[in-house]
Amino acid sequence: MSDKDYLKDISEIKNLMNKSSRFISLSGLSGILAGIYALIGAAIAYWLVMTYSGGTLIIFHGWVFWTSMFVLFMIAFLSALTGIILTTRKAKKNGEKIWDNSSRRLLINFLVPLAAGGLYTLIILDQGRYGQTGALMLIFYGLALINASKYSIGDIKYLGFAEVILGLFAAYYPGYGFWLWVMGFGILHIVYGTWMHFKYDVK
Amino acid sequence: MSIITNINKLFDHRIRLGIMSVLMVNEYADFKMLKELLGATDGNLASHTKALEKAEYILVEKQFIGRKPNTRYSVTKLGKLEFKKHIEALEKLINKT
Repeated sequence: MSDKDYLKDISEIKNLMNKSSRFISLSGLSGILAGIYALIGAAIAYWLVMTYSGGTLIIFHGWVFWTSMFVLFMIAFLSALTGIILTTRKAKKNGEKIWDNSSRRLLINFLVPLAAGGLYTLIILDQGRYGQTGALMLIFYGLALINASKYSIGDIKYLGFAEVILGLFAAYYPGYGFWLWVMGFGILHIVYGTWMHFKYDVK
Repeated sequence: MSIITNINKLFDHRIRLGIMSVLMVNEYADFKMLKELLGATDGNLASHTKALEKAEYILVEKQFIGRKPNTRYSVTKLGKLEFKKHIEALEKLINKT
C-alpha cells in the first residue's frame, strides 16, 4: 500500500467517525419528568383560568395571564434543567463525554428551530392571537426534535412527528389547543420517556 | 522498522477499518447501521466482522427486538488499543514522507 492509500484510509476513518457519531446518553427518565412537569403546570393554569377567568381563554393581560406564562416558563426551565442533570449523569455512567462534537451538534440542531419557534410564539402572543400558541409550540418543538434526531438515537424522530401532528390538529381546532398541548407535552413525554427508559436505560 | 510492526494486518482493509471507526465513536452499532454506513454487502460485512470478532477486537451480541433478530457490535478494550496503535503508525508513516 502506498502513502496515498494510507492518507485515504485516514480521511475515510475521520469521515466515518463524524458521520456515525451520535449522542446516545439522552435520559429517558428526564422525558418522563418533563411530562409530569407539563401536566402539573397545565393543571395549575387550568385551575387558574377556571376559577379566576370564568373558564374563558385568557383574553386580558391580567395576572392570570402572567401567572400562566410564568408557569409555562417554569415548565420549560425545569424540564431543561432535569434533562441536563440526568443526561450528564447518564453520560458519566456510560463513560461518554457530555460536551463533544455529537452533543454540540445535537444541541444546536435542536435549539435553532426551537428558539425561532419560541420567538414566533411570543410575537403571536403579543399580537393577541392566543388560540394559535399551543399549536405553534407543538409544531416547532416537533420540528426541533426531528431536526435533532439525526444526531441522536433515531427514536426521538417519532416523538417529533407525533408533536407536529398534534400541533397541526391544534392549529385547526384552536378550541382544543389546551388539551392537545397537554397531550403533546405531558402525555407524549411520559409515554416516550418510559419507552426510552426501558429500551435503553434498563439493561 | 518498529513503525511497520505497528501497522496491523487485520485492519488492512477498507471495510474493517470502517467497522472499527464507527465502533470507536459509538457505544454499539447494529448490522444494518454498519451496512448503510460502509456500503457493504451482507456477506462481505459478515466475513469482516467475523474476522474482527475472532481477534477479539469487537464483541458480537445477538438478541431479539420483538421477533426480529438483531446483531449488535461493540468494540473491546483490546480492539480500541490496537486500533489506536494502528492509527498512530499510519500517522507516523505519513509524516515521515
